[in-house]
Amino acid sequence: MEILSLLGDGMLVAIQPLNLMLILIGVTLGLFIGAMPGLGSVNGVAILLPVTFLVPPGSAIIFLAAIYYGAMYGGAISSITLGIPGASTAVATTFDGRPLAMMGKARLALVAAAIGSFVGGTVANVLFTGFAPLLATVALSFGPPEIFALMLLAFATFVGLGGDDIAKTVFSICFGLVLATVGFDQVSGAPRLLLFDLSGFLGGISFLVLAIGVYGIGEMLWTLESTRGKITTTDAKMSVKGIVEDMGETARKGWKGTATGSFLGFFVGVLPAAGATPASLMSYAITKMLSKNKHEFGKGHVGGVAAPEAGNNSASTGSMLPMLTLGIPGSPTTAILLGGMVIWGLTPGPRLFVDEPDFVWGLIGSFYVSNIFALLVNICAIPLFIWMLRMPFTVLAPLIFVLSVVGGYAAMQDMFDIWLILAFGFGAFFLRKFDYPLAPAVLAIVLGPIAEPTLRQSLLLSSGDPSIFFTRPISMPIMVIAILLILMPAFKYLRPRRTSAAE
Amino acid sequence: MRVGEIVTAGVLALLSIYLMYKASANGIGYTRGSGPQGGFWPFWLSAGMLISTGFIALNWVRQVSPQSRSQEPVLDSFGLKTLLLVGGGIIGFVALIDIVSMYGAVAIFMLYYIKLLGQHSWRLTVPMVLLFPLGLFFFFEGLMQISMPTGMSFTDPVYNVLYDIIY
Repeated sequence: MEILSLLGDGMLVAIQPLNLMLILIGVTLGLFIGAMPGLGSVNGVAILLPVTFLVPPGSAIIFLAAIYYGAMYGGAISSITLGIPGASTAVATTFDGRPLAMMGKARLALVAAAIGSFVGGTVANVLFTGFAPLLATVALSFGPPEIFALMLLAFATFVGLGGDDIAKTVFSICFGLVLATVGFDQVSGAPRLLLFDLSGFLGGISFLVLAIGVYGIGEMLWTLESTRGKITTTDAKMSVKGIVEDMGETARKGWKGTATGSFLGFFVGVLPAAGATPASLMSYAITKMLSKNKHEFGKGHVGGVAAPEAGNNSASTGSMLPMLTLGIPGSPTTAILLGGMVIWGLTPGPRLFVDEPDFVWGLIGSFYVSNIFALLVNICAIPLFIWMLRMPFTVLAPLIFVLSVVGGYAAMQDMFDIWLILAFGFGAFFLRKFDYPLAPAVLAIVLGPIAEPTLRQSLLLSSGDPSIFFTRPISMPIMVIAILLILMPAFKYLRPRRTSAAE
Repeated sequence: MRVGEIVTAGVLALLSIYLMYKASANGIGYTRGSGPQGGFWPFWLSAGMLISTGFIALNWVRQVSPQSRSQEPVLDSFGLKTLLLVGGGIIGFVALIDIVSMYGAVAIFMLYYIKLLGQHSWRLTVPMVLLFPLGLFFFFEGLMQISMPTGMSFTDPVYNVLYDIIY
């Protein structure tokens, strides 16, 4: 009861006129920043941080959290309408969101993303309100072996359940992981894998370079070539009745993905090293694994949109938890929020809930209000996004190419990366022709920087003994499931042979 | 496609070997007290890539994948034309950035694609060519405060006017 009373007080803080206005502005700005390829919540929060010194600290963090929320919703928009994941958190949304748009069902995909995000955010808010201190303690029990086991599980779901050619899937995962190691060795600090001795590789290869190259250039070239230029993305109709029908379809076909993403996303978001990107990718993979219609994923399944969106929104709230309760940021965006709090004279940590209850509960109350506003703004903006898709493809295609290049430059500010985007784009076009699945490579380059250090730290902890992964109570079951999934193709291969031998 | 499939696998196998060679420069073993060496992770992943290409080649011999059975060309005349016109246009666009600035290159690429490839009317082309780069300029330079390349010095007068508006 005490929590409900505190939450009620927090809601009253959140709906004060100034805070309400900041939430509306923050959510709307965040939505458009998130929708722009190359820009994500981290850019929006970082750029607008100085603006917040004009308002009280409580209102300032409410504004920044609203931008964060809006950007999480917005990331799905470019994934669905343009086929370019605007931020790493929206990579998984592209897998089914883009095929739905290509089938003339962009409205359904956008509604599924909005509903998934809303439910994910709401579930996360409830979990945050009720279990914040407890979950913070559980999250701390995740060390390097447990985090590595989780990463392995994410890769295993792609190997074990991918309908694609397994050898090509494994190649794609390994390739993405190798690309993630280019630059400097995180442990020794020595330069590593400077391909063709080009100094441009010293800065590493950003996930955005590969993702924009694959989806913004390669996939677009492949679409233009394979459809002989006759692309039908213009069938999406706009009506209130249609949106209501799409909400019904999302509820029917996307509820499992939404539920999975909401709960899994929150827990992955709480882990200090993880964040919204692994959360969305794992939500997608687990939803696909649990679905009876696995073969429909990747071809335009509503659950394939709702799951990652619920996952990334839930995780974005979850990542606030270690920041507020322990002072440990769960994502780059929360790291900036943490910096802002320190500048405003607040000390994140266990004492924050006791010393600054108005601030903390006002912020938690604003999560609920921001979530509702983000849904409303998103649904209201769907006609605008659908209008974009009604453009002739010979106008939309150059817009996508331009946004790929401009967005790629905006993120890295380096022409070398733009040339790299083109190289990956043309490479992806040819690999796509030969049915190499490229999504696992994008997944791998995102998760690689988490997987490698945790593997090395684990082996260092155990003096090189790999049994460390199988002797700890949390990592052991995760590792066993991951290994079983990796071996699943071999079981499938052997089963018909045994059957035929028995016959 | 059948020839293309095995040639692609061969090229990827060579890439894997190259990556293994590069990774080995950082050491691929285990050092007591400091854990796996820097090349350990990328070396064994590259080895995984090489093994995968071996299986792809095996599947090619067994004609398992659709590509390994297909006699169609990798690129027919339409595909080649698309790749040259669209892909070439994108390369030209990026090459122009250092000369005419990011926004200038955007305008030229939009003109090329919408008017020449799309064959749309001037009524659609001109607003797109002028307004879209301007919109990008005010969004990135004004709102997001991200500077894009301004090209060679002959573009300065245009940018002086635009920067006067936003600053």
